Amino acid sequence: MSEPVLELKNLSIGLPKGGDRANAVSDVSLTVAPGEIVCLVGESGSGKSVIAFSTMGLLPKALPVRPGSRIALQGEDLVNVSEDRLRELRCTRMGMIFQEPMTALNPVMRCGAQIDEVLAEHTPLAPAERRKRILEMIEQVHLPDPERMYQSFPHQLSGGQRQRIMIAMALILGPSLLIADEPTTALDVTTQAQTLKLIKELQTERGTGVLFITHDFGVVAEIADRVAVLKHGELVEMGPTEQLLKNPQHPYTQMLINSVPSHDPPERKRALPDDQAIVLRTDKLNKTYGRRGLFGGGHVVHAVRDVGFTIKRGETLGIVGESGSGKSTVARCIARLIDPSDGQILLHDTDIATMPAGRLRGLRRKIQIIFQDPYRSLNPRRSVGQSIVEGPVNYGTSEAEALQRARKLMELVRLDPESLDRFPHQFSGGQRQRICIARALAMEPELLIADEAVSALDVSVQAQVLMLLGDIRDKLNLAMLFITHDLRVAAQVCDDVAVMSKGQVVEYGPAARIFGAPQHEYTKALFEAAPGRHFDFAKSAAHVR
Amino acid sequence: MSTVLPTDIEAPDIKVAKPGVGKRLLRNPSVLIGAALLLLIALMGLLAPKLSAIDPAEIDPSNRNKVPGYESTVRDDDGNKIQRVAVMGTDSLGRDIYTRVVWGARVSLTIGLAVATLSVAIGLFIGLVAGYFRALDGVLMRIMDGLMAVPAILVAIALVSLSGASLLTVIIAVAIPEIPRVVRLVRSIVLSIREEPYVEAAISVGTPAYLLLWRHVLPNTIAPLIVQATFIAGAAILLEAALSFLGVGIPPEIPTWGNIMAEGRSVFQILPHNIMYPAAFLTVTVLAINMLGDGLRDTLDPRMAKRV
Repeated sequence: MSEPVLELKNLSIGLPKGGDRANAVSDVSLTVAPGEIVCLVGESGSGKSVIAFSTMGLLPKALPVRPGSRIALQGEDLVNVSEDRLRELRCTRMGMIFQEPMTALNPVMRCGAQIDEVLAEHTPLAPAERRKRILEMIEQVHLPDPERMYQSFPHQLSGGQRQRIMIAMALILGPSLLIADEPTTALDVTTQAQTLKLIKELQTERGTGVLFITHDFGVVAEIADRVAVLKHGELVEMGPTEQLLKNPQHPYTQMLINSVPSHDPPERKRALPDDQAIVLRTDKLNKTYGRRGLFGGGHVVHAVRDVGFTIKRGETLGIVGESGSGKSTVARCIARLIDPSDGQILLHDTDIATMPAGRLRGLRRKIQIIFQDPYRSLNPRRSVGQSIVEGPVNYGTSEAEALQRARKLMELVRLDPESLDRFPHQFSGGQRQRICIARALAMEPELLIADEAVSALDVSVQAQVLMLLGDIRDKLNLAMLFITHDLRVAAQVCDDVAVMSKGQVVEYGPAARIFGAPQHEYTKALFEAAPGRHFDFAKSAAHVR
Repeated sequence: MSTVLPTDIEAPDIKVAKPGVGKRLLRNPSVLIGAALLLLIALMGLLAPKLSAIDPAEIDPSNRNKVPGYESTVRDDDGNKIQRVAVMGTDSLGRDIYTRVVWGARVSLTIGLAVATLSVAIGLFIGLVAGYFRALDGVLMRIMDGLMAVPAILVAIALVSLSGASLLTVIIAVAIPEIPRVVRLVRSIVLSIREEPYVEAAISVGTPAYLLLWRHVLPNTIAPLIVQATFIAGAAILLEAALSFLGVGIPPEIPTWGNIMAEGRSVFQILPHNIMYPAAFLTVTVLAINMLGDGLRDTLDPRMAKRV
């Protein structure tokens, strides 16, 4: 067998004092062979990125590599190597792509010049030759019109195009190891699918070894040859992709794989009576930004165009779409956090689309919203209890009564009622999201809007919050508007689904119909692009339980 | 999905608490040095009558323009002879410079504190309103832009000619041009905080605007404002000295560092101590305030410190 491109042996990396554990990574051993893609999977805080950064020699001083660890690139030790040698090795023998294509490129340099920096630093080539090689490389990552790309600034390109420039930069010197740290997480599914295909193609062509870091089992199923599962810095299981996904041995791996929502809508357990009252109906809802200039011209953007749907009591409507499709704008219009430009939003039979703030106040409590980022949706300076009772107190409930109810709600979202006087930073992301749910429920709403409410959570926590939301909806007979970019999540929780693209609803109907037999081209393309589509995690792992 | 819900009721994990703000402040050397120096100067101003037995306004024509360390004999009201040492010399009217410098600390610190408080209070209010109520933003900010364009010295001259020279006039004249700077700072913070999901959540649970600003927005402005206030205080003390030096500030009989320097200007080349001593105190005071401000910024607002 040929020598591995990357060999990690007993790798331990320390955390600064006062961290939640002694080592960020403890005793991890793995290898990446030439032409092999090894996926490193784990939830946030499991130490996957730390491993990537230690290999590149980019760790901050606060995270020391413990003695006895070995990191070897084609047999060459990287732990005790000079900074100069590391600099030589980066790009020439190992390259890295980062998660955030928006910030990984320098915004004031042309893309060509940024790739050129790598060549100028590491090769003796003349400017004309470098240019030729860069144009070839841009063509290899399938970017259209290489000449124009060379001259473009990063902001002129889309996220997917930028990530391609990053890949071109990482691979231009033909490194034997490519480290990809969540390279597709910030991208839309269709772009993600293309980017994964590109990485796989280039890797096969060049025989590069790839260490691919991700939290998404769909991506793993799509791209990996072998998978390593990390938990709290420890390697719990490692094996070939098929075997690991279908027959996970370690309970943690089993739990993770079980938590991945299935791509098929489940059979509905509960049958709703047909005559459920309509809670919310929108009709020809429009939101435009920008306005005509003083002398004509001007630029108007249609964020939302003629959106119409209905949500009944006890029912969940999902809005799915890629970034920029206008799904969040719809949610914010309905919650009246922004004012719609045109159209009707009927709450029961009252049009709230154009209602002035004074009259709206009484109706606001009927529509509550849960936001994406659990770290920013609670005021860090106010205790959890204060946050939950704020709304009811606004509407005249006495503080004591509101607190009493808050304790019940904490139990409902399965948190300790005694912790009402704690502050948000003492809770984990999933717990905070449950507090947000309690805050919304304190208002006794009729419609609950979840705007990407589980997107920032780890897959196991996500599953818990989803279950909780479904449970609460059934218990309280709530109408729910569920905004998500994640098709798997939508398939699990939604009764009806509206697919949005470029501000318009392109397909709208029962979830089973849309997921089973999509009609619109865009919906088909979206489903086609979903990673690991051929792999049904929940089902395949079910027999283990 | 086959995941089991968290059946047990969860309690939050209590993380190791970071040392409190107070402790971190005490660990910061520039906060410590700045605060200590400032405390000394404040004590000096407070204890001025104890530190010097001489009346700061007392004119002694026989002992004019004496160098530091000059010894003289005067008779008190009972006719007893007293030996006096002019530690920092005397000015061209024979007034004791040491006494005047010690008394001058009172005026300088009063001005610094008053201007900082006044401009922060007014600026905070206007900034919150301008940042939150978008309809008022344009109007308010254009007025602030206009204010910012008026030089403080011009405002001072106008005010002095309207209402006569006094401490209050100077405080108002110095505070007015500082207000727009505070407004801009507060407005920028409000603009970013109002986009935070927790503010939007508060809107959707029906929190009225004044409570929203008070509970959710205002606390975010405190740390940067404390820092800004120290810089305003430093600048105000300097500006007062400049105004007094130019003769449009506080009346010359009141001892301020600026006044002492203005008085010594004509004989600076022969008797530099007239200017050097008050200038040294002025420099140390402003330096102490700035050090305190820097330290506060590093501790209270680490993000801002990185940016600068």
